[in-house]
Amino acid sequence: MQAFEYANPATIQEAVALLGSRWGEADVLAGGTDQISLMKEYLHTPQRVVNIKNIKELGGIHRAGGNLRIGATVTLDELMENAEVRRAFPSLHQAAEGVSSPQIRNMGTVGGDLCQRPRCWYYRNGCGLLAMKDGRSLVPDGENKYHAIFGNSGPAYFVSASSLGPALVALGAKVKLVSASGSREVAVEKFFVTPQNEQSREIALLPNELLTEILVPLAPTHNATYEVRQKEALDWPLAAASVALKMKGSTVASARVVLGHVAPTPWPAAQADQALAGKAITAETAEEAAKAAVAGATPLSQNGYKVQLARVAVKRALLQAARGRA
Amino acid sequence: MPNYAWPPMPSRKVMGKPTKRLDGPQKASGKAKYSSDLNQPGLLFATILSCPHAHARVTSIDTSEAERLPGVTAVRVISPAGTEVQWEGTEIAAVAATSEEIAKDAIRKIKVRYEVLPHVVKEDDLSRVGNRAKAAGEQVTGDPDKAFQEADVTVEGHYGIPVINHCCLEPHGQVVEWNGDHINFYPSTQNVSGIGGDLAKSLTFNPANIHTRMQYVGGGFGSKFAADRWGVECAHLPKMSGGKPVKLFLDRATEMQIAGNRPSAFAKIKVGAKRDGSIVAWESESWATGGMGGGGMPPIPYVFTEIPNKRLRHSAVAVNAGPVRAWRAPNHPQASFLTCSALEDLAAKLKMDPVDLFDKNAGLTARAEVYRAQLKKGAEIMDWKRRWHPRGESGSGPVKQGMGLAINTWGGGGHASQCRCNIHPDGTVEVELCSQDLGTGTRTIITMVAAETLGLPLGAITLKIGDSVLPPSGGSGGSTTVGGVSSSTRKATVNALGKLFAAVAPSLGAQPDQLEAVDGRIQVKGNSAKSLTWQAACRKLGANKISEMGVNDQRNPQGLNSSGVGGIQMADVSVDTETGIVKINKFVAVQDCGLIINPKTAESQIFGAAIMGICGALFEERIMDVQTGKELNADMEFYKLAGIADIGDIVVHLDITPEHDKRGVVGLGEPPVIGVIASIGNAVANAVGVRVPRAPFTPDRVLAALEGRNS
Ligand SMILES: Cc1cc2nc3c(=O)[nH]c(=O)nc-3n(C[C@H](O)[C@H](O)[C@H](O)COP(=O)(O)OP(=O)(O)OC[C@H]3O[C@@H](n4cnc5c(N)ncnc54)[C@H](O)[C@@H]3O)c2cc1C
Repeated sequence: MQAFEYANPATIQEAVALLGSRWGEADVLAGGTDQISLMKEYLHTPQRVVNIKNIKELGGIHRAGGNLRIGATVTLDELMENAEVRRAFPSLHQAAEGVSSPQIRNMGTVGGDLCQRPRCWYYRNGCGLLAMKDGRSLVPDGENKYHAIFGNSGPAYFVSASSLGPALVALGAKVKLVSASGSREVAVEKFFVTPQNEQSREIALLPNELLTEILVPLAPTHNATYEVRQKEALDWPLAAASVALKMKGSTVASARVVLGHVAPTPWPAAQADQALAGKAITAETAEEAAKAAVAGATPLSQNGYKVQLARVAVKRALLQAARGRA
Repeated sequence: MPNYAWPPMPSRKVMGKPTKRLDGPQKASGKAKYSSDLNQPGLLFATILSCPHAHARVTSIDTSEAERLPGVTAVRVISPAGTEVQWEGTEIAAVAATSEEIAKDAIRKIKVRYEVLPHVVKEDDLSRVGNRAKAAGEQVTGDPDKAFQEADVTVEGHYGIPVINHCCLEPHGQVVEWNGDHINFYPSTQNVSGIGGDLAKSLTFNPANIHTRMQYVGGGFGSKFAADRWGVECAHLPKMSGGKPVKLFLDRATEMQIAGNRPSAFAKIKVGAKRDGSIVAWESESWATGGMGGGGMPPIPYVFTEIPNKRLRHSAVAVNAGPVRAWRAPNHPQASFLTCSALEDLAAKLKMDPVDLFDKNAGLTARAEVYRAQLKKGAEIMDWKRRWHPRGESGSGPVKQGMGLAINTWGGGGHASQCRCNIHPDGTVEVELCSQDLGTGTRTIITMVAAETLGLPLGAITLKIGDSVLPPSGGSGGSTTVGGVSSSTRKATVNALGKLFAAVAPSLGAQPDQLEAVDGRIQVKGNSAKSLTWQAACRKLGANKISEMGVNDQRNPQGLNSSGVGGIQMADVSVDTETGIVKINKFVAVQDCGLIINPKTAESQIFGAAIMGICGALFEERIMDVQTGKELNADMEFYKLAGIADIGDIVVHLDITPEHDKRGVVGLGEPPVIGVIASIGNAVANAVGVRVPRAPFTPDRVLAALEGRNS
């Protein structure tokens, strides 16, 4: 790990004043479950590390207007155990529960989950975010069984690591980003981006910004997350789906189906949304929507199986949402 | 000659009783200190700079900037310019510094230029390894061509099992301290007695001047016998660092790249049989890698060695990846997987229950009666006969259940071991031998043997192991430790007790050979009225302690230990055919292993072996990248291992019978890991109706097999 200056601000204002204008100047440290590994592997070599865990304003979950406001340093465990989250957003509860180690849930924060870097093994082995070699990505001809099956026309082939991302996109949530010069609210759907070159990031956050909170609309939906995980113990989903259904009686008024761990961003499956509109959720309609969700998949040489897994995830998430309550 | 024979089964008071590990509380509370925990004041930290390429020549190396970094005490070049490096992770240079962070920073300041050379890192597809495959000669027994022609049924299949890692939780490494012209050596090893000599050889140094100590080791599984290059470097660095002790442990990535792995094995196999299931012919074309040295042929056909007609061909494939080391039962898990998969495929084609097929062919093994009895016992525990269904006939839901079977054999025996038993006038008893406890319970069983012989409780024995000043005992490998240390301990304690009998016999008015040690007393046999307490008896020694040796005679173990065991394993799995995810419902291991000193730790060995095998069946595989030559999952994130919830219910049945007991002590470390992958693979095939040819049985492979694609 490269030596760095350590800052321990007590307020958001102090924190954002410590951030840099370019990546590499300052890194935010929340739970550190990813940040410390990035630094130990010299993937991040910030000059300054800004610890945000002592900033009280970044904690807590409470109602604010029509939203549930979730502070950036709320841990995955706090999120999972929160009564309001359990009641209104089982899909978030399930996504957090999927991060299957209590240690990581106790340390990892919701802000950190959204801002964590991809787990692509080429990136983590020092080949760069886009794994470029001689002007081409190593991924299409390489070991790509955990890589993207959507949004992979290049140059990015990794999958977005965040399990909360797809659930928040389905629920229509926003994040608040604060810098020294002001703040902005960005839809989570727009927060995740596909980088076009090695210098850019997979999130819309700028180097001088802090993610301070997440706002989830409290509109009643049937929602659920289903993750296909090979292991019960600590591991990443092979594919996942989060769904949020606005119901009108027993039929779907509108649906949001978002796939996870299959593309460089959470992947909204608009065709599935359309397939569900006006229908009741049954094994058949769920299967149809699931098929629609993966219709446009473009698997790589070793990850065709993920198309099937994404389809199963959608079907099971829909059935789970229909069984659950708003 | 004294009678060293084990006491008869019914009269044992300590041996044979399930006994908790004596060091359990130390380990559970963190008080047990491993070599990697050492952190004495003034300790320096060393790090290895390793090669990022799979095949390259070092063209230049410049360490000057690293040497100038404040806190750096020594820099050593291991692979000078001109060195050809054959695998990623090869040691290029070593740095010692006042902190681990400084050492790591310094490593990054060493400038190495490489000429990158072409590499081959994958061997799963034999047609793509170029000239890296070396064919071994063909071995033919009987007349396989004729036998296949005459066979009623033949099956052909292809099977594969990848290279996997040892994954010792404590990586390889050591602390080395110079004390004048003596070395204090604190390694993480399976071989406390022998490793100092190995280090001495590389240093051309007098082995008598190396004092090796280790109380606990965080896993070895066959990979921790030698002093290794990093050990030698660690011994050189203190000399260049003002004599301060140096600690060098590999980081996880380097550990996985260069500190050993288990060779792969792939094969096309054809088996011919009569309609009643009798196997008449075997033909296999196998290949394997264990790094640049290629990989030997696993012993196939496994266990069913007496198949009358055979043709075996094998190629060793050299790849640019770290070299193999012994991995728990070297080459047996591969052999069991290749053989038992092919036999299960044969059973499926014959529409025969594989238990019946194995039973039918037990005559082709070296221990037909043992296996037959074990198949019966395993089937009973699994409720196999009621629950087994023909391949693929597992109902209409998406989750399919299935059962599978595999078989194992192993040698065991006792390694060279010397033990000293001291009995002091104050009643204290010391048992001393330079063995090591790999976590298997060696401490506990040695103490149990001593307590049994001396008629004392466990707490009355002070055991000293893990120190090279003690009488030497072999490295812990090949399942030979328990046989060796129990025999030497038995002899040392019998000899010491003989001396004590001689000292107290006059005061009991008896001959020494009329005495016995029971329940903390020395008494005339069967007559507790004529007795002395242990303390009173020892006081008769006056000022002189007794100090007696015992040596395991490997050529004539005198019935104390022996070798040769068999076992069977059965798995019950569920497979979600929509996701390809395999879950273990139940796993049964039936194992024969001679005289069992401690049923609890014996059982625990088998639990551990089953867990290790389940990891291999479902998760473990080294993933090499053809383009970069890198091991992509040299970590514990994408190199996956099972957690508790992934393991299912494990049932162990130890064949504890007077008949097996008579054979003396036989090691148990290896055999129970052998058939796990094979039995799970067979259970998966039974569940889903098709063979998933390659381990681990991951969702991509299971789904591919279900769709009829090659995985
Ligand atoms: C083996 C393993 C399995 C895992 N499985 C899953 C899984 O299945 N699903 C899943 O979603 N996650 C998974 N995780 C990831 C885990 O959830 C994240 O590491 C954790 O949520 C990150 O939170 P943190 O607070 O520790 O972030 P940190 O490690 O502190 O930070 C992570 C990154 O986000 C930045 N950052 C953090 N907070 C902010 C903020 N408020 N504003 C701006 N930037 C910020 C940091 O600078 C850093 O770049 C897994 C992790 C491991 C190691």
